[in-house]
Amino acid sequence: MTQDKKITKIQELVYEMKVGDVMQKNVITVSSQTPMNKLREILRENRISGTPVIDRGKLVGIISLEDFIKWLADREQDCVIGDKMTRDVRTFYDDEPLVQAVSKFEQSGFGRFPVINRQDGKPLGIVTKRDIIEGLLKKMEIDYHEEEIHRYRASHIFEDIVADETALLLQYDVMGHDFKRAGESASRLKATLRRLGLHPQIIRRVTIATYEAEMNLIIYTDGGKILVRVEPADILVEVMDSGPGIADVKKVLQPGYSTAPEWVRDLGFGAGMGLNNIQKCADKMDFTSVVGKGTSLKIYISSRNGGASEIKRNS
Amino acid sequence: MNLRNIKEILEAEVILGADFLHKNIEMACGADLMSDVLTSAKTGALLLTGLINPQVVRTAEMAELGAICFVRGKQPGQETIELAGSKNIPLLGTSLPMFESCGRLYQKGLIGCSEKLEV
Repeated sequence: MTQDKKITKIQELVYEMKVGDVMQKNVITVSSQTPMNKLREILRENRISGTPVIDRGKLVGIISLEDFIKWLADREQDCVIGDKMTRDVRTFYDDEPLVQAVSKFEQSGFGRFPVINRQDGKPLGIVTKRDIIEGLLKKMEIDYHEEEIHRYRASHIFEDIVADETALLLQYDVMGHDFKRAGESASRLKATLRRLGLHPQIIRRVTIATYEAEMNLIIYTDGGKILVRVEPADILVEVMDSGPGIADVKKVLQPGYSTAPEWVRDLGFGAGMGLNNIQKCADKMDFTSVVGKGTSLKIYISSRNGGASEIKRNS
Repeated sequence: MNLRNIKEILEAEVILGADFLHKNIEMACGADLMSDVLTSAKTGALLLTGLINPQVVRTAEMAELGAICFVRGKQPGQETIELAGSKNIPLLGTSLPMFESCGRLYQKGLIGCSEKLEV
């Protein structure tokens, strides 16, 4: 399956990429008047096995190590490269797709092709089979990296971080009486927890509890903040405001007790169920309030016990 | 049953999400109190409600409900529809009152959230 996929990717790339993308641009060239006995040095110094022959900016031929050996074997007198080079040079255009280049390599059996500009025939570079393979591999690597970055989700974060204890702190600021934006913090928190890859039922419990707490901040206070501490298995949602505070903490925990004004009830809230709901979602809830100072609500939700139930039921 | 069946049973109009009519709905709840929805509704449920403000959609988002049907012919405002659109929550509207809407669906076999067994 993966094998097929890789082949498809290469096939895609040989159509997509051009000769110009993989060619070597800084090419060592010789002139047709360079003596043959200097060629060995040029090839050896540059670790190449052949080079284009250029006269006045024009490609006139190509000379290879093979030509050189043949010249040595024939024990001929020294002559210029122009006498021994291949004149009928097969070339590539830089805008030619790699797939064409590959088949030309196969058909011809040549080791290298000079690359020229399609319009003016100016030499631009040279291409060997090795350049094509290297170019493809490089492109594959770049594409792979991009895909990896794209695929990366924050859910790896807890696995990636090496520490004895890891916790992520999130803060959401809530404006009081801002009904238009009510639920935005819980919504953003939900999206974040999803990205972190938490268990869906845990996310649901945290979201519902946070939403109710956020509604309370909006209905009853001038605003506050929601601090969320996310650990791999535990979540602590801390909701804080700076007033007005609650006089009778026991009373507000009674289901149905509410001081909400009519307009809040019209919106489907304020029926005195909020804190009970939060309690149902939480594994543990701490609630302190001082009149005139403010209220602090701590909601603990743990996924250690599997977190499988829809909402923790009070048994 | 799916949303299309529900639309037919309730003679409802599709306010939003005509592409989602194949969506399967296993259970429903009827409530005008959003806190009750948050406590009792389960993931994927249909919410029947007489409220039309954006908080209904927010509640559906938090409780991961499958769809919302407004009863008694109430038409939600643009803000509510837009929020539902951004959260991919289909909206239906029926002129039937709450009790009859619930009754019709229940009669056709759609169960309530408390009857749905937890997996």
